[in-house]
Amino acid sequence: MVMSLEARYEEFWRQSIKQLNEVVKATGLPIAPDEKGQYSLWYDVREMRLRFSISVERIKRFFEGLREGKVYTTRCKRCGRYYFPPQADCPYCKASDMDWVEVSGEGELLTYTIINTKPLTYSHYPDYVVAIARMREGFNVLAWLRVDDSRKVRVGMKVKLQVVKREPEGYLTYEFIPAEQ
Amino acid sequence: MREVAVVGVGHAKFGRRTDTTLGELAWEAVKEALEDARLDQRDIQYFVVGNAGGWSAESLPAVVVGEYCGLSPKGTMRVEAACATGSAALYNAYLAVASGMADIAMAIGVEKMYESPTPTVVEFIGRAGNYFWEFENFGLTFPGYYALYMTAYMNRFGATEEDFCKVAVKNHHYGSINPKAQFYGTKITIDQCLKSRYVAWPIKLYDASPITDGAAAAILVSEDLARKITDTPVWIRSVGVATGTANLSKRPDFIGLDAAYQAAEQAFKRIGIEHKDTWKYFDVADVHDCFTIAEVMAYEDLGFVERGMGIQLIRNGQTYKGGLIPVNLDGGLKAKGHPIGATGTSMAVEMTKQLRQSVEPRDRQADIYTGWALSHNVGGTGHYAYITIYSLDKDGSPKVKPRR
Repeated sequence: MVMSLEARYEEFWRQSIKQLNEVVKATGLPIAPDEKGQYSLWYDVREMRLRFSISVERIKRFFEGLREGKVYTTRCKRCGRYYFPPQADCPYCKASDMDWVEVSGEGELLTYTIINTKPLTYSHYPDYVVAIARMREGFNVLAWLRVDDSRKVRVGMKVKLQVVKREPEGYLTYEFIPAEQ
Repeated sequence: MREVAVVGVGHAKFGRRTDTTLGELAWEAVKEALEDARLDQRDIQYFVVGNAGGWSAESLPAVVVGEYCGLSPKGTMRVEAACATGSAALYNAYLAVASGMADIAMAIGVEKMYESPTPTVVEFIGRAGNYFWEFENFGLTFPGYYALYMTAYMNRFGATEEDFCKVAVKNHHYGSINPKAQFYGTKITIDQCLKSRYVAWPIKLYDASPITDGAAAAILVSEDLARKITDTPVWIRSVGVATGTANLSKRPDFIGLDAAYQAAEQAFKRIGIEHKDTWKYFDVADVHDCFTIAEVMAYEDLGFVERGMGIQLIRNGQTYKGGLIPVNLDGGLKAKGHPIGATGTSMAVEMTKQLRQSVEPRDRQADIYTGWALSHNVGGTGHYAYITIYSLDKDGSPKVKPRR
């Protein structure tokens, strides 16, 4: 049974807090040797958790699109430039007159990597392929590429962009799949 | 604008420096720089602190460093340009002196990355792209960003993982004889590198620079003071500064870093040379080898050789001492270590010592013909770029070095 991310995360911090409490109890100070047992470190007794809230008000059409199973981009009505990720403003025209356009979803792989050493907040997923593809419209999209066997991935292969639910969190996002399958 | 010279440099031992606080670590470098220039803290009119931070406890590191090193009440600011933070600090001190706002300024780069557990550091660095569109949803890591370049480069130019391991072997060779390097005494082989585990395919552990604590400092003065302080001032002749996109996907291709190319273009223009076959003007260079692919792209972005030919330089050993253009004779980020905020100032220290011909041991002292050197420092994955050109000549353009 794979532990959920939250449980792992809690466990990671719970262990260090537990150790800290034991050290303070035994020595009267939160001081212990470093990981290599070389030098004395004061282990911080104050914790700060970071979780940001990010403004999406001006591009919320994008997220409504995901709910409809569609990936949208913005296109400046004046110069015709595409913006992916979608932008509410075209800095070149100094205008905010944008069209919301559905992405064709057809792309060609420019490059990719497989993330083997994952960030803690991604540690509950199996190794994942991150790819960048050039879409038919001419702009690039970066997303996960869903494949059974990462050895079959090739630069230049055709991919399709699709809306998916990211599990186990269950939120909507987008990813690539190979076009011929 | 006035001419500006480096007259004093200092460098702390890089590595896992859990024996020091931020202030103590900075002091190692500051003290050495003051002694090198035979100046006192009261001579320093302005100092700037490069520190990326986040993983370390002090929120206002510039003032903490100023207080500990006895530089207060002189004015300061903390600067950030990701992994090019140290070069940004140098640039800021350079601007202060060049503009006439200060006659003597100090650039200090310092970073304490081991104040946080490794998973936290990995998390922080992974967020250093475009946070929302790359990390929040797709969990890129820093090796992951550069791996996207390595895959594309290998595919386009037929380079192999073994080619890239040659960069790691070279830089460990020099790092192993640099007492200030994190991997002092540690040489590696191609085989060890090839067998190391993947962190972000095709990047392996031995393709990557380590997590490092460190500090470095440089004292910059105006031209009228330079020769009073030292017989061998090292002139900062040119700085090129540029940015790339925050979103990797907004870049057209993944075989070079446009920010580095643009910064080099500016830097070369100021000293009157073309952005082509530039290896012939410089005796030595430090380039940003946070990953082995980054060093190869640097050869090309800097115009040492044409696009796609960088891999030939390393295959043929042309970036070792005695080659066409010796690169990273201090071990580079790869083996000297990469304390984010200190890396750029560390490059300034190294280039100064190389041009003064005072590098010890002599095995990593480049042969000095033209008296010109350059450092290439990239922030993020081509988000920021700083190219700094150093010379023993206060005026004129670089001569071409003799062919060997």
